[in-house]
Amino acid sequence: MAATLTFELVDPERVLASEPVEMVVLPGVEGDFGVLPDHAPLVSLLRPGVIAVYEGTKVTRRIFVAGGFAEVNEQGCVVLAEGAQMVDELDRAAVEQALKDAEEDLADAKEPSEEERARLERAVAIARARLEAVTAKE
Amino acid sequence: MPSLKDMRTRINSVRATRKITSAMKLVAGSKLRRAQEHAEAARPFAAKMAAMLANLAAAVKDQGEAPPLLAGTGKDDVHLLVVATADRGLCGAFNSSIVRATRRRIQELKEQGKTVKLVCVGRKGRDMLRREYGDLIVEFVDGIAGKRRIGFADAERIAQKILQLYEAGEFDVATMVFNRFKSAMVQIVTFKQLVPVEPPEAAAAGEGVQAIYEFEPDEERILAELLPRNLAVQIYGALLENAASEQGARMVAMDNATRNAGEMIDRLTLRYNRQRQANITKELIEIVSGAEAV
Repeated sequence: MAATLTFELVDPERVLASEPVEMVVLPGVEGDFGVLPDHAPLVSLLRPGVIAVYEGTKVTRRIFVAGGFAEVNEQGCVVLAEGAQMVDELDRAAVEQALKDAEEDLADAKEPSEEERARLERAVAIARARLEAVTAKE
Repeated sequence: MPSLKDMRTRINSVRATRKITSAMKLVAGSKLRRAQEHAEAARPFAAKMAAMLANLAAAVKDQGEAPPLLAGTGKDDVHLLVVATADRGLCGAFNSSIVRATRRRIQELKEQGKTVKLVCVGRKGRDMLRREYGDLIVEFVDGIAGKRRIGFADAERIAQKILQLYEAGEFDVATMVFNRFKSAMVQIVTFKQLVPVEPPEAAAAGEGVQAIYEFEPDEERILAELLPRNLAVQIYGALLENAASEQGARMVAMDNATRNAGEMIDRLTLRYNRQRQANITKELIEIVSGAEAV
């Protein structure tokens, strides 16, 4: 087996994953980046997107996150995630519906305050990313 | 002197009470176990976040540009106390000890000439503080402690409100008051400062020398995202501790109540039997002396 790093995925309520992996690809705000063992220490914001866990060149797991933070150091890679879900468990119809609802909420909001608009736009972005995640799986 | 029938009724009513308290004890016991598990499960996230925050805070400190959530407003005139209590009673001194500590703190702050504002989480705390400090309560949240499971969303909602108040310049320092769970028997009233964030010791979070991190996009933006989230995490942790403490306190209180009810039943039964015997004796004497007179 090739060299591995410890990958940990936690959300506020529980630990979702803690295991040695060969590589993870994370959706950073400035583009996806892969983390291999001995990666340089890094802290990054995550955008809504998919975390892919690799074994060799094969993807073993795909996990959707709505956002969060990633920290890479010599001990491994830690992701503090929000709204994490296994991509396999996402249901296409429900995701499409959620996106439609979010878009409608944004369109319906009359003169939203700046924060309100930011919040709604964020909801749409998350829903869209989730749909992309489902589409990419198929 | 109560009649025999009255005493029987009394004994039965105490028996019924004992049944209730012992059932509540069992329920609190199983809820306590669950609450502890939740508190346990939430710990890794909080620890990781504290470590990350320590790194970031250290990095930003060198540059001297810290966001207000970290640096504070530069004053400490207005204090916000976030008081977390239960929604229900019957849990011993759980609620009153928080309220007592809060009162003392309010008094202290007032003596120092500071303004105090209150955010009440949980119905009991509000009810007890309302009479004295009703005008200080700016926000009230309930329906959290009663839930089967406290969700992160609940904590986020509270954090959101606190952030709004902070951005509006409503307070300078926020402190959370809650019961820290030590064991089922012991809860410790704790004051935890939420805003400005006290940066955790970097050395405590990692081991010794910290690596030089790269930041993407940059420290300020990550910190701007991380700090509000950290607030929610802190509140979440406190709420979970509080929930576990509540169940622990209730379990102990109900255990005592069950024991007291048992003692009371014994005492009443003894009195009841004595009374019954006295009655019988009296009747016998009456019969005997009646027979002798004939």
